Amino acid sequence: MARSNSTVKGERLKPQRTGLSDTNLLLIITLAVFLVMYVAAVVFLGSGFRKPQTFFNMLNENAALIILSCGMSIVMITGGIDISVGTMTALVCMTCAVNLDYQSGTIASAIGLALMIGVLYGLVQGYIIAYLEIQPFIVTLAGMFFAKGMTTIVNADQFNVANESFQALKLTRINVPGMGSVNKLGNYVPAYVEIGVIVAVVIVVLLFVLLRWSKLGRNFYAVGGNQQSANMLGINVKRTKFLAHFLCSVLASIGGFVYFLHVGSGSPSHASGYEMNAIASSIIGGTMLTGGVGNILGTFFGVMSLSTIKNIVSSLGLDEAWWSNITVAAMICLFLVIQSVVLLRKNKK
Amino acid sequence: MKAGRLEPREKQSKLRSLFRRQIFIPIAALLVLVIFNLITNPSFFAVKLDYNSAGNPVFTGNLVTILDNASELAILAIGMTLVTAASGGQDISVGAAIAIAGSVTLRVLCGDNARPETLQAPIIVAFLVCCVASMLFGAFNGTLVAYFKIQPMVATLILYTAGRSIAAWINNNTLPNISEPSFGYAGNFIPGIPVPTPILIAIACMIVIALVLKFTTLGLYTQAVGINPNSSRLNGINPAFIKFITYVILGLCVAVAGFIKVSRFSTINYSVVAKDIEMDAILAVALGGNALSGGKFNMAASILGAYVIQFLTTTLYAFNVDSSALPAYKAVVVIILVVLSAPTFQQKLTRLKKKPKMAAAAKEGN
Amino acid sequence: MQEGAVLEMRGICKYFPGVRALQDVDFTLREGEIHALMGENGAGKSTLIKVLTGVYEKDNGEIFLKGREGAVNIRSPQDAQNVGISTVYQEITLCPNLTVAENMFIARTKSKGVNWGAMNRRAGEILRSLDIPAAPTQQLGSCSIAVQQMVAIARAVDMECKVLILDEPTSSLDEQEVQKLFKLMLDLKKKGVGIIFVTHFLEQVYEVCDRITVLRDGQLVGEYVIEDLPRVQLVSKMLGKDLDEMADIKKEHTGEVDMSESGVVLEAHQLASVAGIKPFDFQIRKGEVNGFTGLLGSGRSESVRALFGADRTTSGTIKIGGKTVKIHKPLDAMKHGVGYLPEDRKRDGIVGDLSVRDNIILAMQVMRGFFRPISRAKAEEYAQEYINLLEIKTASSDTPIKSLSGGNQQKCILARWLLTNPSYLILDEPTRGIDIGTKIEIQKLVLKLADEGKSVTFISSEIDEMLRTCSRLIVMRDRKIVGELKGEDLTQAKIMATIAGGESAS
Repeated sequence: MARSNSTVKGERLKPQRTGLSDTNLLLIITLAVFLVMYVAAVVFLGSGFRKPQTFFNMLNENAALIILSCGMSIVMITGGIDISVGTMTALVCMTCAVNLDYQSGTIASAIGLALMIGVLYGLVQGYIIAYLEIQPFIVTLAGMFFAKGMTTIVNADQFNVANESFQALKLTRINVPGMGSVNKLGNYVPAYVEIGVIVAVVIVVLLFVLLRWSKLGRNFYAVGGNQQSANMLGINVKRTKFLAHFLCSVLASIGGFVYFLHVGSGSPSHASGYEMNAIASSIIGGTMLTGGVGNILGTFFGVMSLSTIKNIVSSLGLDEAWWSNITVAAMICLFLVIQSVVLLRKNKK
Repeated sequence: MKAGRLEPREKQSKLRSLFRRQIFIPIAALLVLVIFNLITNPSFFAVKLDYNSAGNPVFTGNLVTILDNASELAILAIGMTLVTAASGGQDISVGAAIAIAGSVTLRVLCGDNARPETLQAPIIVAFLVCCVASMLFGAFNGTLVAYFKIQPMVATLILYTAGRSIAAWINNNTLPNISEPSFGYAGNFIPGIPVPTPILIAIACMIVIALVLKFTTLGLYTQAVGINPNSSRLNGINPAFIKFITYVILGLCVAVAGFIKVSRFSTINYSVVAKDIEMDAILAVALGGNALSGGKFNMAASILGAYVIQFLTTTLYAFNVDSSALPAYKAVVVIILVVLSAPTFQQKLTRLKKKPKMAAAAKEGN
Repeated sequence: MQEGAVLEMRGICKYFPGVRALQDVDFTLREGEIHALMGENGAGKSTLIKVLTGVYEKDNGEIFLKGREGAVNIRSPQDAQNVGISTVYQEITLCPNLTVAENMFIARTKSKGVNWGAMNRRAGEILRSLDIPAAPTQQLGSCSIAVQQMVAIARAVDMECKVLILDEPTSSLDEQEVQKLFKLMLDLKKKGVGIIFVTHFLEQVYEVCDRITVLRDGQLVGEYVIEDLPRVQLVSKMLGKDLDEMADIKKEHTGEVDMSESGVVLEAHQLASVAGIKPFDFQIRKGEVNGFTGLLGSGRSESVRALFGADRTTSGTIKIGGKTVKIHKPLDAMKHGVGYLPEDRKRDGIVGDLSVRDNIILAMQVMRGFFRPISRAKAEEYAQEYINLLEIKTASSDTPIKSLSGGNQQKCILARWLLTNPSYLILDEPTRGIDIGTKIEIQKLVLKLADEGKSVTFISSEIDEMLRTCSRLIVMRDRKIVGELKGEDLTQAKIMATIAGGESAS
């Protein structure tokens, strides 16, 4: 007892167990739910789900969404949001379609155009959000409106692209080695994926590495976790946010081209509602809108989970259009409640 | 007076000008639009008294169109402002919820028959059922946000996804059509009154909310909860309930807007009705200068924001802009508005202005 | 630059809207010295530090660093790190969602990648050498506040820095940890690092510092060698007035407590709450000032929170004025005349963006009910009354409370509860992070309230303060009450002994 004005403070706290981080915990939940759902579908619904091609078709259908969702996850991890990606996809489709068919463009020029749209979008939206500090929701809402209007200004009607080299690329199928099934005639049909899937998988792997092992990736998490702290720790918060939004827009343009490659047409109604699908996939994949928590692998399985549930609904014979939407909504609801309960309980401990 | 502080009065006037600034943006935007329209077309604001097909006197003109069409948006902006203030997030399901509200109304009026000869229930009953249903859906959103602590945008994503499907399911995917003319009163004209009814309904809603804010503590509570829920709780407020109740109020706004929407056309198209209106409603709140992260709000500014949006739309139509290309122009205007009103941008501007002055001052000092 | 100086700040000015936070301040830090930066709240210490670390941009003035030609331009915390200034801030500025190791190393390496293995190994070594009870791979958010603060310190000292800034790092640390920190500081001092140390604890200043710079109202008062500035003079320099006021404030206090049967204001029997306190009994009488004391985490805050209904109670009964009442939520307690000023002002007390006026009337408004709003004129009247009574320094009652200094914010919260005219007021750490002048004002106010026949529970980390105000102290350890002291037993030694549990408190 040396000091007269001493402070009364807590005793030494014992070291705590290293628990699961929030990110990993949510990833595990997502993986578990996806597996349970898929296995249940294989066991109970049989036929269709047993074919490997069913799985690969899900990939073919959703390659673009996977890419969009990855971009969305990155923005969400930094604590932002981007609701312009859906209509951007439509804009990219329409621009590429017009370029290929009306302006005798090549595939290279179309890809160039798509990327240019992404880069421009990224620069403008990123600058306004990060350096002028305007709420991302409003900025990307304007971006969404802009792309929507621009699409019809470029061309108001839907049309299919006739360009031959594009058609060849669109129809390119890559067989999956060792996978396949026997069709009704008794012939062996190998399972295949489209080019877009390869792009999507490469992007998922690259982004996974980026988020886990690069300084920039960890800065995304830090900024999302606590912006002020990240600044005090010496992270350039504005640049980090700018890069997140820039990356998201560029990914949206790549996703837009992959979508274009899958559908082969331009239309103002393409990819409508994709921004919300991307957000839903990210959430199911364990990314939190509050920032700082999320995982690209989770996002990938988030997209696949959504797709699986839609397939299950249609193979149950519930054909009316509304069932699919209602089940998807129910699933988002379920996930949110699981996440909120798990995290609340964990934090209480 | 300590040396380190400025005169209180000087500080106060600065604050007052700040306070003014929030409502300043929507008003300035309105003024610019008015002047722009007056220059390009002096007769833009002319209001004429015409007779409609039923032989009733009605006012027509751009001004009437703007006020008429903005009614639903203005009503939604009321609820959206409260939700934003209390929960620091937005409800993106209002468009889908309007589809449900309209569908419920028609279901009650039509019963199982999509083309009823006579109405199956009084219109007022249909409206009340519609209110109850919408408030229930609002309560659903409110429960997720307030009690499960899910971020508002995510929580309302559920109803956003399912809402239009639920609306279709309520009427078995048929498109009911009501021939009874009195059903159209709410969305068009009441015989003998030349002002479109939606304008009157919107004014009524504004009066109600003004009275509520004046004679209850809703305003103080929502702001306190939005700024600091911990502190609010320790001062005896129930933050979860306040958040919950704002969603129910928004549900009521949705019911009124939905009822006007179906009354306008006497039918409904589930996938198109009130499409993207949630985005416009959020935009109205933001144009009113309210922080989308919650806390302090200015109701009048939000409502003005709704009229700015409609004014802009009508102006663009007057320039023969194609309706599907409209969003692109709207986006440009919105971005200009929010950038101009952003504090960071204003700081940058003042810094640019100040720089030469400061350099001069530094020279003198040395 | 002066001989031997590592850092020199000249003529620093910083303005905020309506306030000159810093006016022409000079500051010199020499090689291998620990330099205390002292001043009351709002004197400009934190602002000066934030200017130095690039969080704020200075409006005028120059900064020189050893080994650099001319004035350096520090525009962001990044720049500060790059020129060799590392900082531990008052509030924890780490990311709760990252691991402990990441928090120690993020934004420090030049390489583009993250080498998890090497990082975790190095972090483990540092944590062990500083004896910090945390694993490198643990998520920071799951550590206690004290551990988080130690991690922040570990990060700062591990950087190769010339200047180390410690901005009130000790407020959440216990005695042992403070000693560990002092040892670290002395080690660094030997290596020639210049250390700026900001604290409210005078003891700590005289224990480790070599020099003191005092700020007042954004202006420099002077720089002193520690031996030349006795404690009393330091305080008077900080306050800008003599110390008459610090004399025994209990003098005028009558200390009369109503000992009659009906004098019991509130009585709790076997009360326990979800926060994990063991069932306890408690009673307070009219005109009494009592205190809860104990180490951080001993349950002193949790006990009063249970009385107020802030944490859900799991067992026990509460009697107010002799009648058993049910207190499920704060409003129940408020309606029975109980007020509660929470421990964490920023998190639980102020409603930052609301005006001073709205903050003051908030509790009273809630008690009046949803459908009976206080008119603006009436609210203004109440606000002005208490702004004058408590001498709250604010530009107007319309000013957002967050732009006031800490002490004035606390006065607003006090005004909020005084306005409800409670018969029993609970003050949990009302003086934390507040300048000495305001501390004394608050202590005086507590005694005045007791003289008016109100009951007050006063909790403070500083035992001196409790001794000055309380007539009865309840001592807690491990979430239960272990003793009650009054009268002659109210001495520093006795209290410490009871806290420690019979052994000598060291």
